[in-house]
Amino acid sequence: MPKRVLLGLLLACGLAAPVLAQEPKTGGVINAVIQPEPPGLMLAMVQNGPTQMVSGNIFEGLLRYSPKLEPQPELAESWSVSEDAKTYTFKLRKGVTWHDGKPFTAADVLFSIEMLKQTHARARTNLAQVDKVEAPDDYTVVFTLKQPFGPFLGIFEVGSMPMVPKHLYEGTDWKTNPYNNAPVGTGPFMFKEWQKGSFIRLAKNPNYYEKGKPYLDEIYWQIIPDAAARSVAYETGKVDVLPGGSVENFDVPRLTKLKDTCVTGAGWEFFSPLAWLWLNNRQGPLADKRVRQAVMYAIDRDFAKDVIWNGLGKVATGPSASTIKYYTDDVKKYPYDPAKAKALLKEAGYKGEKIRLLPLAYGETWQRWGEAVKQNLMDVGINIETIATDVAGGNQKIGDWDYDIAFTYLYQYGDPALGVGRNYISSNIAKGQVFNNVEGYSNPEIDKLFADGAVATPDSKRKEIYEKAQKILVEDVPVAWMLELQFPTITRCKVKNLITTGIGVNDGFKDAWLDK
Amino acid sequence: MLSFISQRVVKGVIVLLAIVVLNFFLIRLAPGDPAVVMAGEAGASDQVFVKQLREKFGLDKPLPEQLFIYVKGVVTLDLGFSFRQQAPVAKLIGERLPATLLLTLTAFAISLMLGVLFGTFAARFAGTFLDTAITVFALIFYAMPIFWVALMGILLFSVTMDWLPSFGYETVGANLTGLAHAVDVAKHLIMPAMTLGLFFMATYTRMTRASMLEVKRLDFVKTARAKGLSDAVIQRRHVLRNALLPVVTLAGVHSGTLIGGAVITETVFAWPGIGRLMYDALLQRDYNLLLGVFVICSAMVLIFNLITDLVYRLVDPRIEFAS
Repeated sequence: MPKRVLLGLLLACGLAAPVLAQEPKTGGVINAVIQPEPPGLMLAMVQNGPTQMVSGNIFEGLLRYSPKLEPQPELAESWSVSEDAKTYTFKLRKGVTWHDGKPFTAADVLFSIEMLKQTHARARTNLAQVDKVEAPDDYTVVFTLKQPFGPFLGIFEVGSMPMVPKHLYEGTDWKTNPYNNAPVGTGPFMFKEWQKGSFIRLAKNPNYYEKGKPYLDEIYWQIIPDAAARSVAYETGKVDVLPGGSVENFDVPRLTKLKDTCVTGAGWEFFSPLAWLWLNNRQGPLADKRVRQAVMYAIDRDFAKDVIWNGLGKVATGPSASTIKYYTDDVKKYPYDPAKAKALLKEAGYKGEKIRLLPLAYGETWQRWGEAVKQNLMDVGINIETIATDVAGGNQKIGDWDYDIAFTYLYQYGDPALGVGRNYISSNIAKGQVFNNVEGYSNPEIDKLFADGAVATPDSKRKEIYEKAQKILVEDVPVAWMLELQFPTITRCKVKNLITTGIGVNDGFKDAWLDK
Repeated sequence: MLSFISQRVVKGVIVLLAIVVLNFFLIRLAPGDPAVVMAGEAGASDQVFVKQLREKFGLDKPLPEQLFIYVKGVVTLDLGFSFRQQAPVAKLIGERLPATLLLTLTAFAISLMLGVLFGTFAARFAGTFLDTAITVFALIFYAMPIFWVALMGILLFSVTMDWLPSFGYETVGANLTGLAHAVDVAKHLIMPAMTLGLFFMATYTRMTRASMLEVKRLDFVKTARAKGLSDAVIQRRHVLRNALLPVVTLAGVHSGTLIGGAVITETVFAWPGIGRLMYDALLQRDYNLLLGVFVICSAMVLIFNLITDLVYRLVDPRIEFAS
């Protein structure tokens, strides 16, 4: 064989090899960790994190979203928007069946929407702009809005709007329906078994509408309540997937150094968790904008990112995470500058009054972050008292406005109208509840900007409005933004294509396969 | 004896009801609201949603009415509904109780047997190297926190030596049956049961040793020796039997509290028992579930106390049942 041909063949093989290696293989079982144990799996009734993670395999939404948050088909294969941006028409996929064999049709979509309005707080808020929903035929659903609503195409992922089987829920008492404990969806995996306190088993849906998918035979979600024990379970080969947040951050570098271990921070683009400190704007020194700005200058956020979060994530510049729409970094900057913080405190006349700090009771990582922030604030002369509490107790204190500074992190759901405005508009000040405007910030200009931004068209107009809102908020510092969090997902390298969308592990394992 | 038992059962039921009422108020004294916890987890907490949840939980009703509903339920053996887990409390506890009983009874048996055995040896060879070794050994396990022993056990026997599984009740996905399944469960049981058992073993060792040394000095032992009985017989039939009473008392107290002590062990070893169920319910302020677990634990303490009283009689025939 002439040398050139041989070289050509070798090159061709060499080039082809990676492509061939990426050809998905069918079969195999994945053991993943789920923490904490979900209280239930019926996604329309329970919406906490672990439920979404497991049930994202069982249920589906009309759409899913790419890492850049572009809508992609799921149960809807196409969609169109009217010129006045008030009518959205979805064409549903044909040939989709529920796990019990009944066909999925537009009637299920209409029923799901009615049910979710009563059982799913976020869906109800998201659907507030919908005037009516109609199904002209079995495979078409038309949403008519009261007014244009910019983020409308962003509310259809499985966790935000899961589809529910009408034939199993209509006319029943939803909260005691037996299918809550043996959920039936259209997703790539079917519910098989739940040994409470031990594991949840899902098996491949053989009639899944995307031919050839899913690739895996089974998924075992293992329930291991102790963080150290979860690390050991991975080290000893008992589990293959540690979804983001499963292990303490200080274990992450050790685990990622293990043989055949891959790690990614991808898959959080849709949720964009943003951590910040609630600052009680109502009373005491923090009612003064200069003291709040001093807090921003006093905290070494790079240290938190590099040391406490192992370099993952990004220092936040303001109320929007850089991954969501209309983000701008053209805002006032708050670098770590203790001298400036001290000067601002002096100017504001801070006399060393005691300030209570509530860390987040989500484990060691948050505890340590609390300690680091306390240290930073004390360094510039702020008199901090840490209050120890569990999650429920902490929520009550925050909801009752009985705090000065409190840690939190919230999801942003891709659009400022869905996940940002809620924390700053004054109509969201309501005592007794958490995760709204608990800091008590009230600015009519901001209220108007968020109200206008949600309904403005075209996109360029929305961009302009939200950029302005970000600038005002960053100047006012209603809360102290810390980090855009990235929870690392740790897997054996043989697990391929686990995260393919901006929804990450919560979007189900339908694309995942094992390179055995 | 029957009248003694029936009297104790009646008293027990009254105590249980008092515990239920007390716990009902105690739980509600803790800050935190189950509706807010659930709304928070859902990532949304608009007023309508929280109000809806409160109505669903029955938390919107006046406290005396909530108590009345609950006590009425308990009297008719209905422990209520966990709205968080969307299942009847009795079912949730029923699913978890067997695992806890297996763990705690095994740990109890290990601790009692080893404790009495080591205690006897230590007393028999008091002042020797063996006595010191046993005492130090017992002290180490008594002094070390359970979670630490558990983590060290995992590091040594799972991570380093790979002898025992580090978590769970059985090998997930192995689908074993019969003897193979029993062996699998036993392998998973060894570390949690030893961890929990060694702590209590230490107490029994020290108690047995001290008690035996005390009894040894009594006159009837001298009499037995004067009668010419062998040392083994004296130790077993006279000293140990008399020395066991305080150990039985202690075991009676422990048997009830073992379930509470199992919380940490169950958490570290991912053992699917009610200890963990209780811990999760507490964090989430799942009132009905938490109260349900308390009722079961209290009932256990009462039952074990009754058994302890009956065992007294077996150990020491001089004790009579007062009716």
